[in-house]
Order: sequence, then C-alpha cells, then structure tokens
Amino acid sequence: MPPLPLRLISIVAFLALWAALAALAARSEVPGPLAVVDFLTREAADGELFYHLSITLARVAAAFVIAMAIGTAVGVLMGQHRRLDRLLDPWIILLINIPALVVIVLCYIWIGLTEAAAVTAVALNKIPNVVVTLREGARALDPRLMEMARVFRFSRLSLLRHVVLPQLFPFIAAAGRSGLALIWKIVLVVELLGRANGVGFQIHLYFQLFDVAAILGYALAFVCIMLLIEFVVVQPLETHVNRWRPGAVSRAA
Amino acid sequence: MSTAGGPGRSPGRLDVRIDHKAFRSADGAESEVLRGLAFALAPGSFTCLIGPSGCGKTTTLRIILGLDRDFAGAVTPEPPGLRMAAVFQEPRLLPWRTVEQNVRLALPPQERIPAAGDLDRLFAVLGLAELRQRYPGELSLGLERRVALARAFAVMPDLLLLDEPFVSLDEHTADRLRAHLLELWQAQSATVLMVTHNVREAARLADRLLLLNGRPARLVGDVAVPLPRGARSGDALGRFLATLAREHPETVLA
Repeated sequence: MPPLPLRLISIVAFLALWAALAALAARSEVPGPLAVVDFLTREAADGELFYHLSITLARVAAAFVIAMAIGTAVGVLMGQHRRLDRLLDPWIILLINIPALVVIVLCYIWIGLTEAAAVTAVALNKIPNVVVTLREGARALDPRLMEMARVFRFSRLSLLRHVVLPQLFPFIAAAGRSGLALIWKIVLVVELLGRANGVGFQIHLYFQLFDVAAILGYALAFVCIMLLIEFVVVQPLETHVNRWRPGAVSRAA
Repeated sequence: MSTAGGPGRSPGRLDVRIDHKAFRSADGAESEVLRGLAFALAPGSFTCLIGPSGCGKTTTLRIILGLDRDFAGAVTPEPPGLRMAAVFQEPRLLPWRTVEQNVRLALPPQERIPAAGDLDRLFAVLGLAELRQRYPGELSLGLERRVALARAFAVMPDLLLLDEPFVSLDEHTADRLRAHLLELWQAQSATVLMVTHNVREAARLADRLLLLNGRPARLVGDVAVPLPRGARSGDALGRFLATLAREHPETVLA
C-alpha cells in the first residue's frame, strides 16, 4: 500500500478541483462538494439515507452470494469436464452478451415486479462472468497436487478445502471484486425500473426533480460503503489467505 | 518371473503384472512403453527400479499407485488394500499449508488432531522440528524433500514408493537424506520401491535391483545386492557395480 499522505493529497486535490469547477459553472445543476455534504446530512438526519442504502446493500448482497455460488459451481465443473464445457459454452456466450437491460425487463415481465425478480435479474447478469473466471481457475488446477491427494487418500472435503479452494482463491477474489462493482451498478438499474425503494429509486426520483446534489450524494454514499467493504472485509481476507506466499508479510506491513 | 501365490496375506506384499501399457500421442499414434513386466515385492524389502530415463519407470510407479488405470494387467492388492505413501520427483507440498499441516493432512482423519505428539520424533529425525510452522515457499528444495519424506513416513505405510526423490540435490544433502530414508525404513519395516537412474545410489540402498530397459521396456535383470549395508562403500561397492555394468552394459551404463 502506498504511504497514506499521497492518498490524502490525491483525495483533497480531487475535492478542490470539483469545488473549483462548480464555482466556475455557478449553476444549480453543478453543485459543489459542500452542497452534496449538506444534502447528505439532511437525508441522514431524517433516516431516508440509511433506509435506502440498506435496502440496496441487501439486494447487492443477495445477488452477489447467489451469483458467486452458482457461477463458481458451474465454472469449476466446466473447467474440469471438457464435454460439459462444450455443451454449456454457447449458453455462457449468449448470456454474457445479452444486455443487462433486456435480462432485467424480461425478469420483471416473466416473474413479476417482485424482489425475487430483481435479485434474479442481477444475479443472471453476473453469473456468466463468474463462470468464465472460475473455469480458467479450474483449468489451472495443478494435477500433481491432485495426484498427491489421491495417493494419500484425502477425503472429498479435505481435497476441496486444502487442495482445490486455495488454488481457486485468486480466481474467486478476482470474480468477487469485479462482481461487487458490476452488481451494485446493475442493482440501481433494477431499482429504477421496478422497485419502490433503494438508491436506484431515489436517484430516479431526484432525476425527475433535477436535484443533482441528491443524485451525487446517493452515489457517493454508496461508493463509500463499497470502499468500506473493500478495506474492512476484502483486503484483510486477502492478506489472511495469502499469508503463505513468500514476501506476503512484508508487503502487508 | 511369475506372480504365483495370488494376493499375499502379509501386509506389504505386492504383485505387479503389466502385460501392456501404451500411450497415445496427439496425432493418434500409439507407442507401447511397457510389455510383459512382472515382479513381486516381499514384505519389508527395499527394491530399486533402475533404467535409462524415459524407459517407463515412472509409468510403472504411477500404475502401482493407482494413478494410471489405463493398462492391461493387474496390481494386487489394489491400492485400497494397502496403506500407501509416495515421494514424488517434485516435493508436491501444499504451498498454502505449513510444514506440519502438510504432514498431518496426509494422515487418516482420526490421526490428524494436533494433540497427538507422535510426529515429534519424525520431525526430530529429519531435522524439521524448528520448521513445523513454516510454509514450503520459505524452504530450500532439500528441506522440502525432507518434508515430503516426513509426510510419507508419517502415514506408516505398508508400501512406500519413491520416484527419484533425491535428484537435483547436491551430493552432500542427497547423502544425508538417503541415510534418513534408510533409518526410517529400518524403523518402520515398510516395503519400499524406489525408482532411480543412479545405480550407485540404488546399490547402496536396496536389497534388490530390478533393471528395466528396451522399447517397449521389460525386465532385463533382477539382481540381489549381496553386500551388507555397512559394507557398501569403497572397493566392495565398486566391484559390485563393475560386475553389474559388465553383465548389463546397456542398462547400467546408460
């Protein structure tokens, strides 16, 4: 990690640039950072902010867990069995290329304007990415370690836990990282199109009111939550899982 | 060389019969690597399989380990009937597990609990006592090989298979590991089959040498080593190796 002051300078410079441009524009559609902070404090005070953030976060979490679980299982199977790979590959290509918007609209039409439809639509958008990444991971599994595990008669569970998963972890981490970013963006679209709460719904509302400070406020608030997840959950987890790599300790320090 | 007697009752006895083993290359051509290979290993014996590189030694070992089932013939008892352990050419340790975890994971589930102090002696003999909490990436190749040996002996195998376990080590390190191997084998009385192309190494360690050569490969010699282990150095060993080379010029000098 680079030294903190450099990061701090970068953030302060960004805010200064933003404030300067807003002052230069001098229009209500280009609010400065202070206007956004002002909106956020008001919205937080009457509880609206946390209500919508938590709704969106719950949808992101549900779609993320479903997409990672299904995508990992299918990807690993496809990476291990060549015939299954040939069979399912066209489906994956199809699914990966269908626009997110089409999947969302179809889910709402076929399943109805429900929570299940919203989460399904988001998960369906993410699954093919996870499949493709994890398929690479499963193809890269070291056959020499698998043979070792067979000779020493590892149980299925310990094969998975001690031999397979540690090799897949970098691929799971990559799929998870890009997944979280993609999923929350799609969740907003789903909320805009067919939900009556959540960050996406609020942004849609404030779009109709042309309230740019509110739109930026909600976007920034959610970005902050994602950063928090990155620093509090993802990075410590990665450091823990990579502790065996030579040099991992000095890198983390 | 018949496999008389059927499945032996004594643990560690092994009958190997490979009538035919071939590999198919990408263009569909078939090349036969082994034909009519048969031998039996007595319980508690130490046998070395010797032959030039690429002659099918490792293939034979993989068939015995049950890692390659695409062959005509039989190995009795089949892998589940024996407690087996292997030391491969590369250490094949799990880089994300510590030295001690690598060894414990190879044990049958009920013996994995860290409370059992039975690994202390093994780690002490192999000079690994201080390194139990290290990860393989922090070790030299020589040390990783020791961990692989520790893992194999921790299992208390009936049958231990080693595939050139000491290649690309300096002679001093290899010699120490050979001494450890003999010490542990004598303590546990496992049946050992070791693949090597180093005839001197084989003659110093084994009771019996199986010589493999030809294409497809078959047994070209089955030689008992007549010297007691204490006397396998200097002139005596040199004379034995010279006789061996005279009788099997293609295999032993190859």
